[in-house]
Amino acid sequence: MRIALLGFGSVGRGIARAILAKDLSITVTGLADSRSGLIDPDGIDLAAALARKGNGDPCGLPDTSPADVVAKADYDVLVEVTPTNVETAEPALGHIREALRRHKHVVTSNKGPIAIAYPELRALAEANGVFLKYEATVCGAIPLIHALQEGLAGNTISRLYGVFNGTCNYILTRMAAEGLTYEQALAEARELGYAEADPTYDVEGIDAAIKLVILANTILGMQTTLADVERTGITLLTPDALQLAEDQDCTIRLIGEIVPEAGALRVSPRLIPEVHPLVVEGTLNAVSVETDLAGELTFIGKGAGSTETASAVIGDLLYIQSRHVQGS
Amino acid sequence: MKLEMKDQPGQLVAALKPISAVGGNIIAVIHQRETSAAAETLDVQIVLELPEGRLDTLLELFREQGVSVVRIGEERLLYECTLIMIGHLMHTDLSDTVDQIDRTGSAEVTELSLVMPAIDSPSSARITIRSTTRAEAKKAIGILRGVAERKDLLIIEPLEDA
Repeated sequence: MRIALLGFGSVGRGIARAILAKDLSITVTGLADSRSGLIDPDGIDLAAALARKGNGDPCGLPDTSPADVVAKADYDVLVEVTPTNVETAEPALGHIREALRRHKHVVTSNKGPIAIAYPELRALAEANGVFLKYEATVCGAIPLIHALQEGLAGNTISRLYGVFNGTCNYILTRMAAEGLTYEQALAEARELGYAEADPTYDVEGIDAAIKLVILANTILGMQTTLADVERTGITLLTPDALQLAEDQDCTIRLIGEIVPEAGALRVSPRLIPEVHPLVVEGTLNAVSVETDLAGELTFIGKGAGSTETASAVIGDLLYIQSRHVQGS
Repeated sequence: MKLEMKDQPGQLVAALKPISAVGGNIIAVIHQRETSAAAETLDVQIVLELPEGRLDTLLELFREQGVSVVRIGEERLLYECTLIMIGHLMHTDLSDTVDQIDRTGSAEVTELSLVMPAIDSPSSARITIRSTTRAEAKKAIGILRGVAERKDLLIIEPLEDA
């Protein structure tokens, strides 16, 4: 199977390393980062591209753009793993449209296009007889989308809720364990690379909210936007509040919740018993689903990270390979 | 509640069975034979806890058993939920915040723990609300949400089972 890889940051490099390390029958014929691109129908030397990137150089040639790779490279699947733009989803949205029009499957970890334009993209994929897969957009390594679409097919989901943001979970874990203030825990998360220089997207619950929108729109048949999510972040939490919770054998976690029947999407800090399955430590994610046939299920796993997110992308790629792509 | 039943062997057991059938918990049974006015019937007083919404089912089962309910005592506040509030709780009149819940008549604040770290920095409070039903608890949380918005407080609600 031949893929074009757009994005050579943490996720893109994780995919490249996995392809190098394992025999996955995947050849990369197109590669682009934000500054450069490479097209090689015989397969790009990923080890060399990783080395260039490691030295702070562009991964390819400056006169080849991501759009060139999408439009001109010879590939079966476009793997779109550039950073999320929550407002317009561009430039990823345009690249995905173009690939689908070229009858290419698309696998993405980018939340923007899926949250903003899923119905359109899905229709476009169907019209062109190709797959559009996005497992890596929600909860990193946890195969949640696959479990909901395939494993739990036929179930009616009455409620879906959980810990969707590892950065917030890390901060709250540390505040509870060490009595740190929010600011101290955030500084620690930054030092460890769990939080961005501008942590707004995580700590204000935007990241969790956009994941809810993706699940609502693609799995639960709802039509929602980010503005429909009732959202409260964790920035105002105090160590005292966590202590008061602990006095009652509870703690506080940032919980995203969807109740389809009520049309309700909500992200907010919630009081939760310490023994509850959703109380996970550190940067882990955890999601509970309440269904009519299967009962209640809880999924726990790493929600971010280079290799972990690559795992979700590779899962999608091999799904397509096993069902559609001939040869390798 | 106070029950009236036929004074025959096995009747008391027959009257108690429906309580466990609806998931109730018997706290006390008071059986005073001599106070009954009619010789053929027996008066029994029962104190019990019932899951929400089961009282009507229980009364129906009693009727089927030929047990008549003479009187149902006051429903106590059995549903409890705990929340945490963060913000300038004292400066925004904490007693008014509590009063907004108590004023409903169907829910009341039964416990409040307040931590005030320093002047001008936000305080945190854990607040326990008892109410007659879960629906009333939800209503109380709704009131508190409105208050929090007006007073610029952060409310941390419990994660309840659906």
